[in-house]
Amino acid sequence: MAEAVIHLRDITKMYQMGAEEVHALRGITLDIMRNEYVAVMGPSGSGKSTLMNIIGCLDTPTSGVYELNNLNVSEMNDNQLARIRNKEIGFVFQTFNLLARSDVLHNVELPLIYGGVGSGDRRKQAMEAIDQVGLGDRFHHKPNELSGGQRQRVAIARALVTRPSILLADEPTGNLDSKTGEEIMGLFDILHQQGNTIILVTHEEDIAAHAFRRVRVKDGHVERDEPVTERKIAVHSSLASA
Amino acid sequence: MIRFYVDDLKEGLMIALGAIRANKMRSALTTLGIVIGIVSVTLMGTAIEGLDRAFNKSIAVIGADVLYVQKWPWGGGGNWWEIRNRKDLLIQHAKAIEEDATTVASVSPVMGTGRSVKYSGKVIDNVVVFGTDADFIETTKANVGLGRFMTSMESEGGRPVCVIGSEVAESLFPNEYPIGKTIKVGNYPYRVVGVLEKQGSFLGIQSFDNRVYVPITRFFSEFMSRRHGISIWVRAESLESVDETKEELRGILRRVRKVEPREADDFAINQQEILIQTFNQIGGVIAAVGLFITGLALFVGGIGIMNIMFVSVTERTKEIGLRKAIGAPNRSILMQFLLESAVICLLGGIVGVVIAFPLSLIIDQILPTAMPVSIVIVALLISVFVGVVSGFLPAYRASRMDPVDALRYE
Repeated sequence: MAEAVIHLRDITKMYQMGAEEVHALRGITLDIMRNEYVAVMGPSGSGKSTLMNIIGCLDTPTSGVYELNNLNVSEMNDNQLARIRNKEIGFVFQTFNLLARSDVLHNVELPLIYGGVGSGDRRKQAMEAIDQVGLGDRFHHKPNELSGGQRQRVAIARALVTRPSILLADEPTGNLDSKTGEEIMGLFDILHQQGNTIILVTHEEDIAAHAFRRVRVKDGHVERDEPVTERKIAVHSSLASA
Repeated sequence: MIRFYVDDLKEGLMIALGAIRANKMRSALTTLGIVIGIVSVTLMGTAIEGLDRAFNKSIAVIGADVLYVQKWPWGGGGNWWEIRNRKDLLIQHAKAIEEDATTVASVSPVMGTGRSVKYSGKVIDNVVVFGTDADFIETTKANVGLGRFMTSMESEGGRPVCVIGSEVAESLFPNEYPIGKTIKVGNYPYRVVGVLEKQGSFLGIQSFDNRVYVPITRFFSEFMSRRHGISIWVRAESLESVDETKEELRGILRRVRKVEPREADDFAINQQEILIQTFNQIGGVIAAVGLFITGLALFVGGIGIMNIMFVSVTERTKEIGLRKAIGAPNRSILMQFLLESAVICLLGGIVGVVIAFPLSLIIDQILPTAMPVSIVIVALLISVFVGVVSGFLPAYRASRMDPVDALRYE
């Protein structure tokens, strides 16, 4: 049996909104194995974002156990979580979130700086990651000199550079046109084939169809958890020319 | 681990410089308060330094081992009316000291007045004319530049000879050799026998060189009556024995002036130390007032920095969220913003110092001084300190942001 990277047991999350208590998650139990490619789906207000924040160690659950790589992260403090995020999780955001004043290389190096990697290794690893997403000729471009697709590739390189346990992509194609979105999904396919574990948070069926497993969240519960039957294969051919 | 801090610091510095470059106008306006504060700190420091330097130079002429027996105490204090009604110090008191004291090196009676001095059509007004004796040169340790000081024969015999200060010599004899020339002091002729070396001035106000020295016996007949009070200048045997000498003088004077055992001294024994104490008091007040004003300027500047740092933190909420998401610990975020505010203030400090430098040259015209390196360093340290203090609250707020909320911020 494959090893579980993510191990969630009875996770609940409660917010205080003024006088009201909001139960965003009402007991989520979920395992994700190494090298899985999972799409987490759900309408807004379903608890999907809260779940993603907990999986990404940006937030801690009110109750329940979360083990990431056999490490209990549900009771860690801010700085311990920051360290886990740095080592274990690669984030890809809908809005890219690149540093506008820094070039591609520095943007990708950033997690390594906080991870305490020396400048020589840092540069080498960052260049490898940038090569991996097909931007090997753009090291010193600033984000505003790149197209949307290229910016998302930089963000993916930044997520990959620390060799994290999971890639956590939150609507990665939300700000891209459909053709560019397809290219990015193609990149995720390749990364999955190379052995990465990918969690894709989306509300688009089309995008979710790239994954192998689909988890539907509704009202703070896992509504359905099923394999993707008609899996969509992205067009890889455009990668080299991107 | 150390490498981590260095890299973290480098990253923080890069961000800080980037942010300042991206908001040039804003940074410049914000830092104006700091610039003004640092200019005033630097100039205040320079002025105080100049005052100190001028004072120390002046005080050296007065001599640490010379006691000045006078009616009036230096530095004020005492009952004005009582002091005014004291019996004057007279030449016989000086004689008594000379005869009885065992711990003194030399004693000189000194009396002064203002007169104009003339030579071949040239006139200098308000020259200080000192009547004294031959020991004066020994008492004050002044150096004779040309010729010689008056001899005891001349001073006791009241000969019409004089020794002039360097300033008087320059004014009266710009192109002539002064020795042997006869000048008019007031209405009386005196032959110049010597010129003293330049001694400087007291705080740049009163020159020690605008003086003429004549035998005191002649001074009494030509300028002021011997009934007027004199000063008695006494050089102690050594610097260590100044206090002992002082006590000895008190004893002699109380005896010859017939002061009853229960009465207080009816004279004052002044010394350099009194001036130093007085000066330190005045200097302390000047420094305190200056410190308060400059502190106020820096405080206002610091508030400006704090304000703009809050704006900067809010503007970059999303960036803070991203940095936290990819693993920046709270400490790194705190340091990033502290560095930014410290660098803004340091730049302000550097600009302030650069502006203050030419201004200090203007001060130099009035009070000989130079901007000391120590003041520059202190000013820069102060500016960094203001940056860290005023940047702390905004930076702390940034470091405590919740990454989820920060990432969602639009």
